[in-house]
Amino acid sequence: MTPNELRAALRGVPDPEWLAAAVRGVAAQPAAIARFFPAAGRRCGRADLPDLPGWTADEAARALLLATMTADQAEWVETLYRTGDAAEKRAVLKALPLLPIGAVGLPLLHDALRTNDTRLIAAALGPYAEHLDQPAWRQAVLKCVFSGVPLAMVADLDTRADGELAAMLAAFAAERRAAGRTMPPDATELLDRLATAAGREHHKEA
Amino acid sequence: MRIFDPHIHMTSRTTEDYERMAAAGVKAVVEPAFWLGQPRTNVGSFTDYFDSLVGWEPFRAGQFGVRYHATVALNPKEANDPRCRPVLDVLPRYLDKDGVVAVGEIGYDSMTPEEDAAFAAQLALAVAHDLPALVHTPHRDKARGVERSLAVVAESGIEPGRVVIDHLNEVTVQLVRDTGCWLGFSIYPDTKVSPPRLVEVLKAYGTERVLVNSAADWGRSDPLLTRATGEAMLLAGFTDDDVDRVLWRNPVEFYGQSGRLDLSDIDAPEPTFAGNSILRGGG
Repeated sequence: MTPNELRAALRGVPDPEWLAAAVRGVAAQPAAIARFFPAAGRRCGRADLPDLPGWTADEAARALLLATMTADQAEWVETLYRTGDAAEKRAVLKALPLLPIGAVGLPLLHDALRTNDTRLIAAALGPYAEHLDQPAWRQAVLKCVFSGVPLAMVADLDTRADGELAAMLAAFAAERRAAGRTMPPDATELLDRLATAAGREHHKEA
Repeated sequence: MRIFDPHIHMTSRTTEDYERMAAAGVKAVVEPAFWLGQPRTNVGSFTDYFDSLVGWEPFRAGQFGVRYHATVALNPKEANDPRCRPVLDVLPRYLDKDGVVAVGEIGYDSMTPEEDAAFAAQLALAVAHDLPALVHTPHRDKARGVERSLAVVAESGIEPGRVVIDHLNEVTVQLVRDTGCWLGFSIYPDTKVSPPRLVEVLKAYGTERVLVNSAADWGRSDPLLTRATGEAMLLAGFTDDDVDRVLWRNPVEFYGQSGRLDLSDIDAPEPTFAGNSILRGGG
């Protein structure tokens, strides 16, 4: 994902003039983002973007504003997240992997993963979640299963899922069975894939 | 019967209330920032509270199919505490938020000079941010509080049609009806107005510019009294259209003046997350 792709996908928003002016304003003066960022939802709408699956217009517009900044990105990422409403927080989380800020945004992922807002949890588990250590990442995946976030939202799920996650999922499945409740199908499928991979591994060693 | 409760403190209510309200036809609410019962002593207490009004609480409401907006302000009671007054400095950033549709509750509690200053400053913020204002009127010395509130509103230069004077009763409604401000009535057991009394007010003054709310909070209150009021109106001979005007179209018109009221897809079925129910669990 690049700023140009965001820009192209946003071509059909209701008020393209406003967005163009906001992008110019932020490029000229980073602090101008403080007023443009919250207004982006009502100026650009909140519809799904047909050319950018998984993104809404407000998220993409806010990510574009962040990507346009020429300085102080790391500070503004923190400020805009801390002072943002839920939609602004979600946009910051989704923008993180597009920005040249390294792992500076990691505390924001931890903050989002502590919430019970499923939209924030999902947004925290995109490509930027590569900065999460393995114990935090496993807890986050389990939280998805627990709170109804589809596992399709988790970046690099199969490459990162390990034996410990399989053990946690299996224990959760046992609790659900004992309670007479079902597991979400995507979690059962992941557990099956992990079991199959473990069996192959075991077979190789033997 | 579709119902928009224009003043209800959902932060103080249970999840079961949301379920009962949705079943009774309440599809949209506005939660004004207010006094929490326990006095706050610092600005951070307020910002965490305001963050919840634009973060967690709308999410919680959405799980039960209730569309949620908020109003934000330093309430009159806490405007008297010098430790809380710097809240006025952080308000502008909240008044920029999509989910904030007015400045409120502002107004008077004990009519002190500190309350005068906070009231006037926040009306100026409403004008600067192009937002309506929700004015609480005091429970003690109410008539004089209403008169003084109207004077402050007139002096601020805000257009009267963008102001609701709330918690009115049979006596104080007469002071407000010709000012162009909206008339707010809280249907609240014991201390405010009951459904039959509100029906009499509507017979006398009509349904124009009237907002009816439950003002339900941590006190002895009932979030379903908006519905009870609609039923009392029908029993008294008002039409379905009259009820719809008072309980839906009027609040939509008033808060719609913010340009931020989002009622899109309000009749959509159970909210889902990419096809999965978000009601699946806690966390």
